[in-house]
Amino acid sequence: MKVMVPIGPQHPALKEPESFKVMLNGEKIFEVDVRLGYNHRGIEKACEQRSYIQDIYLIERICGICSHSHTTNFVQAVEEIAGIQVPKRGLYIRTIVAELERIHSHLLWLGVAGHEIGFDTLLMYTWRDREVVMDLLAALSGNRVNYGMNTIGGTRRDFTPEQLQEILRTMDVLEDRTKYYIEIASVEPTLIQRLSGVGFLSKEDAMRLGAVGPTGRASGVNYDIRRDDPYAAYSDVQFKVMVNEHCDVYGRTLVRVGELMESYSIIRQLVKQMPDGPVAAKAPRRIPVGEAISRYEAPRGEDLHYVKGNGTDKPERVKVRAPTLANLQSVAKSLENNNLADVPITIAAIDPCFSCTDRMIQVDDAVFTWERLRAYGIDWYKAQRGIDFREVKKLPW
Amino acid sequence: MANEQQIQTELVQKFPFLAEKFVIKRERRIFCETAYDRFLEVFGYAVDKMDFRIFSTVTGLDEGENLSFLYHLSRLDGTLLNIKTSVSKTNPVLKTVTGWFPGSALYERELVDMFGAKVEGLPDGFRYPLPDSFPKDQHPLRKDWKPEMLPEGAGSIMEEK
Repeated sequence: MKVMVPIGPQHPALKEPESFKVMLNGEKIFEVDVRLGYNHRGIEKACEQRSYIQDIYLIERICGICSHSHTTNFVQAVEEIAGIQVPKRGLYIRTIVAELERIHSHLLWLGVAGHEIGFDTLLMYTWRDREVVMDLLAALSGNRVNYGMNTIGGTRRDFTPEQLQEILRTMDVLEDRTKYYIEIASVEPTLIQRLSGVGFLSKEDAMRLGAVGPTGRASGVNYDIRRDDPYAAYSDVQFKVMVNEHCDVYGRTLVRVGELMESYSIIRQLVKQMPDGPVAAKAPRRIPVGEAISRYEAPRGEDLHYVKGNGTDKPERVKVRAPTLANLQSVAKSLENNNLADVPITIAAIDPCFSCTDRMIQVDDAVFTWERLRAYGIDWYKAQRGIDFREVKKLPW
Repeated sequence: MANEQQIQTELVQKFPFLAEKFVIKRERRIFCETAYDRFLEVFGYAVDKMDFRIFSTVTGLDEGENLSFLYHLSRLDGTLLNIKTSVSKTNPVLKTVTGWFPGSALYERELVDMFGAKVEGLPDGFRYPLPDSFPKDQHPLRKDWKPEMLPEGAGSIMEEK
């Protein structure tokens, strides 16, 4: 029997609002329709009405995790239009924060993946270890997520020699823990058997559907912006791009765990080679007429920013294409022929971030009463999904 | 920048009209512009014959009388080819590129909602990124659009049905 199961926009298996219409034949999925837009905040339009400096702070808030990814990408594009040479030390600091952000994002993902497959011990362990990198980021920038490190022309903060030593000490702790996770990923049957073969995405489909980052690399797409379109200080360091041909959620796990080890190595190289000098060049308030495209390997994959300047202190146009929007299109494909129970982990495997994807939020000053919320929910499901919840017995509260 | 120049030579040889508006801005950043009637030929050639098999997205631009669209294509070697094309704002009709990249549907829906482009051949589906209750004739990324133009309650989940 064919059945449609709505998952979202509000659902316990989803951490952010998005909607999946899952068509089932028995327990098997044969088609998935994705609806997005629930987080759209109009940030691109808002950027046109604010100055470049204000935009940095707005763009930092596109995403709670990849905040540094978006600001770095934006300031890189602006610096290219204005012809600003960022001092090397500024580029090194940007890159160190970028890799610390990747570490905190990948550790967070590993915990979420553990949780989605009922392996909550892994969630507890990885999130405990994630605190180590969050504490370091707070010590370096004053904040756990929105670091406020970037400005046009470089960075707003410098690192002291003591802070650089603290970074190296933290890398030793995290590397030790990550080796343990690599061992788990290679021998723990709970993980291997639950993830292998789930969410299959062939290399051909990954290319055709535009999958980026770890999602693409686990399907054999050997592509990493840090190596292939280098920015910041990535040309000065050696690192391996993690690629495998598993094409499933297990492969995506191996890519991310492997990338953690590479991030520790990148950060150590940067600290050792850290040049002296200023961290920022002076930038003009008005940015000349021109356009630039900046790309950045965010934890979830290629992030693209297009900026067009018109000679004033406000941009003519800012366009953001976050990695989740690119990856979502492959989710529907990778869910096909899987069981309904595989939906949460397969969606989680792209490490989705819908705030990045949608860039908007609707805040109303009115308040829903419980009765009104219930009536609204019933109407919504009836109109959108053809399901009448009116028959469901009203709960006593 | 031998690689970029080679791409320029090949594209201009195949499509001589590109010569006037072909710019290599820096390493791995190539910009070219074409009238819309030849756009799909150029796009298709770059994808099929020149290995630009990664479609990053398309950026819409409100340029007064015209709407312009910048298609960002890249290759696995990191080269980014940006093909710009324009259509008149009074009849902004584009053809979909989902034939090459099925994943482009969401990027094209964004042009429909935010710029008011009409994309021929786009498969049926949900609106993106605006909600169903947002007025269909208002396009927020057009320069003349102001938030005050929204009728009260439009775009809100609070709207009474």
